[in-house]
Amino acid sequence: MNNFEYAPAPESAALVDIKSEYGLFINGKFVAPKSGKTFTSINPATEEVLAKIAYAELADVNLAVTAARNAFTKTWSKMPGAERGKYLFRIARILQERSREFAVLETLDNGKPIRETRDTDIPLAAAHFFYHAGWADKLSYAGQGNNPKPYGVAAQIIPWNFPMLMLAWKIAPALATGNTVVLKPAETTPLTALLFAEVCQQAGLPAGVVNIITGDGTTGSHLVNHPGVDKVAFTGSTGVGKAIAKAIAGTKKSATLELGGKGANIVFEDAPIDEAVEGIVNGIFFNQGHVCCAGSRLLVQENIQDELLEKLKNRISLIRVGNPMDKNTDLGAINSSAQLARIKELADSGDIEGAMRWSPNCILPKSGFWYPPTIFTGVSQSHRIAREEIFGPVLSVLTFRTPAEAIEKANNSPYGLSAGIWSDKGSRILWTAERLRAGVIWANTFNKFDPASPFGGYKESGWGREGGRHGLAGYLKGDN
Amino acid sequence: MRIDVMKTYKLFINGSFPRSESGRVYEILDAKGKFLANPCNGSRKDLRESVVAARAAHSGWSSATAFNRGQILYRVAEIMQGRIDQFVAELVAQEGLTPAAAKIQVQSAIDTWVWYAGWCDKIDSISGSTNPVSGPFYNFSIPESLGVVAIFADSKPSLLNLVSALAPVIATGNTAILIASQKYPLCAITLAECLATSDVPAGVVNILTGKLDQFVTWVGSHMEIDGVDATGLGSKDLAEVKELGSENLKRIYVFNDSKSTKRMSNFMEIKTVWHPIGI
Repeated sequence: MNNFEYAPAPESAALVDIKSEYGLFINGKFVAPKSGKTFTSINPATEEVLAKIAYAELADVNLAVTAARNAFTKTWSKMPGAERGKYLFRIARILQERSREFAVLETLDNGKPIRETRDTDIPLAAAHFFYHAGWADKLSYAGQGNNPKPYGVAAQIIPWNFPMLMLAWKIAPALATGNTVVLKPAETTPLTALLFAEVCQQAGLPAGVVNIITGDGTTGSHLVNHPGVDKVAFTGSTGVGKAIAKAIAGTKKSATLELGGKGANIVFEDAPIDEAVEGIVNGIFFNQGHVCCAGSRLLVQENIQDELLEKLKNRISLIRVGNPMDKNTDLGAINSSAQLARIKELADSGDIEGAMRWSPNCILPKSGFWYPPTIFTGVSQSHRIAREEIFGPVLSVLTFRTPAEAIEKANNSPYGLSAGIWSDKGSRILWTAERLRAGVIWANTFNKFDPASPFGGYKESGWGREGGRHGLAGYLKGDN
Repeated sequence: MRIDVMKTYKLFINGSFPRSESGRVYEILDAKGKFLANPCNGSRKDLRESVVAARAAHSGWSSATAFNRGQILYRVAEIMQGRIDQFVAELVAQEGLTPAAAKIQVQSAIDTWVWYAGWCDKIDSISGSTNPVSGPFYNFSIPESLGVVAIFADSKPSLLNLVSALAPVIATGNTAILIASQKYPLCAITLAECLATSDVPAGVVNILTGKLDQFVTWVGSHMEIDGVDATGLGSKDLAEVKELGSENLKRIYVFNDSKSTKRMSNFMEIKTVWHPIGI
């Protein structure tokens, strides 16, 4: 099985021109931060420094929010929807033109395989702009009344796991609905957002409609708490999401939150096993498991556990871990040393609490941050690795005997973002889907995304949806 | 001369009419300042028991057919129609309305039940969608009830506000805990008597009377309450319930219109299901 040898097939890093230093994108121009402070962004696969990044403090946040407010009142809110939409169409087209450049830059800054950035992240980001462009002049059909209104200035904070795709999920609906934006990319992955600022310039987007400020959690906190902000949109951890909900409790700000998950991937005894194995691998190892909707809890019917695990282990042994720029790589680098430490700590708790660890033989690169694909069997509901979001390539395997037990275990979580169902029986799939308390359910597939498909969680996985008609509600003023 | 029989106003929890476990009551006066009643001063334990009842009732109520829920909501309107005089008398006493104005309010409340009864088997078609994704997948989004919703209805007009908040919440399959107006609680208890005789299953609606500021804290911090209609709260109480509610990310809303689809859809979750197409 393991005799196939692959020649290295690296994508060229020369496709991108990374500047040594980046400013803040405020009011249509790159400007230096008031304090002159910077931080660095590194390639997590090599630990090489990629660029110096401006660190935004309160004074810079003030400038960005003011620019967004001025753009909202003077330009963007007065522009007919059809014209707003044309800017979004332009952005979508430029993203498609420059997609390979974005894919390479994303892989360098994030550590995810070029195969994923090239085939998933960037095409989907462009598709999100194209989809939302068409909504801009059709908002009276969005189910938010005949004359829905934008909030004004949207503060948007995005994570490091899908930097460009999350930017698109945030900015495209905000602009289509007539809001202006101050967006803060994650501290470890700011580069594609800064390249996107250039796209806004090329598209001729009016100054101040999109502002991009870089920094850390403190920068984000200044932004969320800024009195000039009308709407907060955040994707990230449930802990930070709750803190944001608390911070805006006494204000008129509205929020959309896309938070954590501990998705159950349920395999019934009648499932197509080979397809299920592919789905399980895609569910937990896509993007190194840095996915809020990952299928991180495998719930397998007890009588097929042995057969399934054998096939799963064989399949995992074929996963190619290593250089993210190689077109054959399946599993890239962990995004940061801090995230690697979190994964290690949680996985180690699996050993301590009595679960059984298995990983294939794979050689990890010497520099950079890496974690091998890992599965734990013999996991019980009370184990930390069954309850807490690991956000890494670590799968917890639990078993069930009856469909009712599968539902009980799947729903036994404060999270409710995603779930998977594998079965050949249509009525069983619908019965299960009806009972799962999760916002996105993949039946006989996993980790599929589309701009037309609403995404978001039940319970502590968040507030609101992104994508589809339902995603527009978060950016249009209704009765609440 | 005949002495009137006075009514004891009790709570409504899990289909029964218990007194508060605290043994406490508080006095309310009519619009002219005369003694009107001693409603229960509901306790934190009363709230907890209501949440237990509401949670237990949720799976049955949410899995009842929408047509069935619609008939039950319509049944509430039928029962209220027969009790118009009692509601009018309470509104006249509580709010100091003229009998004519009180009657208009009761009729509006009844018509509001009818409006939402008709929505039960239609809201899904309005709020759901099929989504044209780029690939060989069938993809649809359906709304589902959120779970247990607590309601702070606005105090005046007391009956109409109660119904405008309660009917949309239960129409979609949620179960409810209704915190009655502290000042005007009588109609809420009489409404409970209508619900108890309208085939609304036990626990689907639970009604508590008592001190509002206490309930704000208890509702905000209760981890098994999924949503709050905070329309009846002032800005300070609204901020408190939102701050406490952040711990389990409660869905908290304030509404302007008595009849609106938002009152239903905001207390629903959208579930999106993908399935491959193939042979």
